[in-house]
Amino acid sequence: MFAAENGLSGDPRLQGIYEAIRVVPNFPKPGIMFQDITSLVSNHRVFKDTIDILVDRYKNMGISVVAGVEARGFIFAPAIALEIGAKFIPLRKAGKLPGAVISESYELEYGNDCLEMHVGAVNIGERVLVIDDLVATGGTLSAAIRLLERAGAEVVECACIIGLPEVEGRNRLDGKPVYILVEPRQQNYVVWYITLRSSLVLTFFICCNA
Amino acid sequence: MSALKADDPRIQAIQSSIRVVPDFPKPGIMFQDITTLLLDPKVFRDTIDLFVERYKSKSISVVAGIEARGFIFGPPIALAIGAKFVPLRKPKKLPGEVFRQEYDLEYGSDCLEMHVGALASGERALVVDDLIATGGTLCAAMKLLECAGAEVVECACVIEIPALKVTLFLQFHFPLL
Repeated sequence: MFAAENGLSGDPRLQGIYEAIRVVPNFPKPGIMFQDITSLVSNHRVFKDTIDILVDRYKNMGISVVAGVEARGFIFAPAIALEIGAKFIPLRKAGKLPGAVISESYELEYGNDCLEMHVGAVNIGERVLVIDDLVATGGTLSAAIRLLERAGAEVVECACIIGLPEVEGRNRLDGKPVYILVEPRQQNYVVWYITLRSSLVLTFFICCNA
Repeated sequence: MSALKADDPRIQAIQSSIRVVPDFPKPGIMFQDITTLLLDPKVFRDTIDLFVERYKSKSISVVAGIEARGFIFGPPIALAIGAKFVPLRKPKKLPGEVFRQEYDLEYGSDCLEMHVGALASGERALVVDDLIATGGTLCAAMKLLECAGAEVVECACVIEIPALKVTLFLQFHFPLL
């Protein structure tokens, strides 16, 4: 569910968050319009607004654990955990966590990947919030939910800054609600058009004077 | 330097909350695991508060966190002191144009990257990571920030490995050795 349709309609902070995201075309591979949140966390006011919105939503839900998905989930989740008085647990790629872990694999476009969580990180019945910067197919979040449920926790909700179109219209992922602040930032086509037109005019000018 | 008083009760609680895992990631290494610190909301809060108390009046406008565990401590500090957060990442994770800095590992080398344009020349920066051992990663981080024209005020870590302190001193003060 999108924040603007669930209690935050017209909230100017959402527009600020949306505009703070940078789109990088063709990363990590051709055809992908990468939603870069580093420009968001580089803006203190917008970063604070992002955390404040999520803290306001979750502070009274009896959540005792905030799980962040490596690595960009680590940027947002601990600040939320600190504000709502919950523990923070990192969900990491294979081989990063020392000691006993449980693992959950999930599908990528090509091949598989794996998410791990410490044994004993959550207690049975604990209420958990899962955080990542972005949800696309939901594969990673699904793996996170499975890990936590295998350990006996109750996943209350997943929250992401950005939700891709595949998730639009799906309020739930594996039966769990997904809360999303903004849609993907569209490329600024006006800027591209002006840049292109200026290039054409300049080329014409140079040719005329050659 | 361990800048904080060892008898501050918050320090003792932080120290006690860290779990040591032998032989990880390889035999002979006593791994300092901060995930147990993060499981205690009060201790995690105290850790951040101690850093914020130290840095809030130092006009720091950039907190740079080293992937991945520096991403856990850096942002809460940045938020509390009014600074921007800049992630320093392993190769090919950051989209767009980046600065690169290689550094030595025990065997081989690794690389840290930062976005071009992440900060402006003259900004005062704090580097954050969970642990300092030889200081190789932190040195790479400082070079990246200095490349972009920042002034690195300090590096802050939750844990230091005292046995490697001499190496760190040498690297900082005699970089040609």
